Amino acid sequence: MIHWALAAVAVLAGPPRQIVAGPGTAYPTLGAALAAADSGDTIRLGRGAYREGPLTIRVPLTLTGEPGTVLYGGPFTLLTVTADSVTLRGLEFRDIPPSAAEDRAALKVAGARGCRLEDLRFTNTFFGLYLSKVTGCVVRRVVARGTGRLESLSGNAIHSWSSSHLVIEDNDLSGHRDGIYFEFTTDSRVAGNLSAGNHRYGIHFMFSDGNTYEGNRFLHNGAGVAVMYSRRVRMTRNRFEDSWGSATYGLLLKDISDSELDHNRFRANSVGVYAEGTTRVTFTGNEFLGNGWGAQVMANAVDTRFLGNRFEGNSFDVATNSVHASSEFRGNFWDRYTGYDLDRDGTGDVPFAPVRLFALVVQQNPPALILLRSFFISLLDAAERVAPALTPQTMVDQAPRLRWAGDEAAQ
Amino acid sequence: MRHATRIIRYQLRDIARNKWILAYAVVLGVLTEALFRLGGDGGRVVLSLLNVVLIFVPLVALTFGTLYLYTAREFIELMLAQPVGRGAMFAGLWAGLTGPLAAALLGGIGVPFVLHAGAMPVPARSLAMLLGTGVLLTASSTAIAFVLALRFEDRARGFGAAILAWLLAAVVYDGLVLLVATVFRDRPLETPLLVLTFLNPLDLGRVLLLLDLDVAALMGYTGAVFHHFLGGPLGLAVAGAALLAWIAGPLAAGGRRFARKDF
Repeated sequence: MIHWALAAVAVLAGPPRQIVAGPGTAYPTLGAALAAADSGDTIRLGRGAYREGPLTIRVPLTLTGEPGTVLYGGPFTLLTVTADSVTLRGLEFRDIPPSAAEDRAALKVAGARGCRLEDLRFTNTFFGLYLSKVTGCVVRRVVARGTGRLESLSGNAIHSWSSSHLVIEDNDLSGHRDGIYFEFTTDSRVAGNLSAGNHRYGIHFMFSDGNTYEGNRFLHNGAGVAVMYSRRVRMTRNRFEDSWGSATYGLLLKDISDSELDHNRFRANSVGVYAEGTTRVTFTGNEFLGNGWGAQVMANAVDTRFLGNRFEGNSFDVATNSVHASSEFRGNFWDRYTGYDLDRDGTGDVPFAPVRLFALVVQQNPPALILLRSFFISLLDAAERVAPALTPQTMVDQAPRLRWAGDEAAQ
Repeated sequence: MRHATRIIRYQLRDIARNKWILAYAVVLGVLTEALFRLGGDGGRVVLSLLNVVLIFVPLVALTFGTLYLYTAREFIELMLAQPVGRGAMFAGLWAGLTGPLAAALLGGIGVPFVLHAGAMPVPARSLAMLLGTGVLLTASSTAIAFVLALRFEDRARGFGAAILAWLLAAVVYDGLVLLVATVFRDRPLETPLLVLTFLNPLDLGRVLLLLDLDVAALMGYTGAVFHHFLGGPLGLAVAGAALLAWIAGPLAAGGRRFARKDF
């Protein structure tokens, strides 16, 4: 009802206007310009430093800045958008101090639909962008640079709560607690983002079903990437790289179900993928390169399938915590595979068991890790391979591929 | 000192002509080349050469070093009849043997990498770590070989002792470490395991290479001691220093034996 009323007001107020604001104009502050603006207007905010209290956009409008248009914050949420169809473009937000009491952000969109947030910059802000009960918003080319201090003193670069149909594209996020945080956020698309060097996770989502993540890069984040309690997740062509440390994962999946991960690259992480309590998750055509552990699949992960993936240069390819663990492996490339291919069809004639005995030993007795690459350990592994007794025989690739020539088998 | 350098120079010429050293270099070269031909890129070849450097190189240095000292017996006696200090003689023998062995290692593995450097990226750091560790292990093994050769008058027993020492260090020792780790699973094991590792030069060499190749896995380990020790440059420095001690120690022991020995 209110929207209709506003539209009526807009019609009464005449055609959309252009409001030029900034130092030396009729509207020297953003607050003055916002107070004067009607629905559908465009505010052009000139270059300058704007030090204004909390501001709110209550009508649909377009607000654009130019290089050097900087809004300085304080101990509050700087700009709040409550109206639908608001477009913000080319603004920089700076200096929101951390708070333990409230999730104050540089920019907050609450209960609105159809916003477009483009070419924004968040510098030294606690939370950058906070979306709450938002539908159909586009967030594009946002650059967020966090405070670079402790995890406990930093917020998320892009935080979304209880929203849907978002498009989060081509953003560059670093120095925050989580690069992207989704909670109860559904049917959204996250693509082409770079989330690097955040204190905790590159992306972190919970209870967020039906989202697509495509072509993102998550690099050297404190604890990697962790996603939980979600269904119908699709991750394609993302890169998870350089996340080192204990309890740090290229990608941690917890209670994820009916999801597909294809053509992602997991490189140089302590653990490439960790799957716990997952159901019907399929990995197709992914690359696991130079990780400490390529994939750790716990025994409570049900119906996990690895089809046509590449495992190369990992200290351990696959590890699990129980001899009863079961996952399906088929048509993967393993650089440790030593079998033959008499009929020359590109598929090895001998099955490959990716779980080494030593991986099991280390799982149960972590300090034994110091024996990694020992000749004696190779002998043990070889003996176990010839006469398997301790490793889970359900985790065997019956048709290992001999060469990795791209991902043709995965298609 | 002058004597020592002169002996080294003589030795170098003598051993460079030795067909076994040449064969050693050729075997390493052919092996490395074969790994390249089997479709490996530089990184994979380095990985495959890891066990060659940790297992094969010490075996060659130990056996060749022991046999060398027995063969050189007459030369040593002749030299000691001259006004040459025993310390200089011993240092000359060791350096003159270790130099060509190390050169054969560097050449045998290095040349194929140089030849392939144009066609594919070479993991320079890993290769340098591999070759550096190989050279240190060679130096340590020849020093230990000299100790054994001086300990046993009988050539067959000395050779046997060298083989046994290699078997112990290369295979059996890690089995014992694993046994200790399993038996005392419920106790804090990190420090004891690190100490055990330091008591075996081959394990030290392995840890040095792990620090380069498997940092991702090592960093994933939760224990504080490993994390602190293996996570930074400290581990590299300490392990490298310990390996140097594994050269200096046997050299000192061998030198003392050599000085007292009645030829």
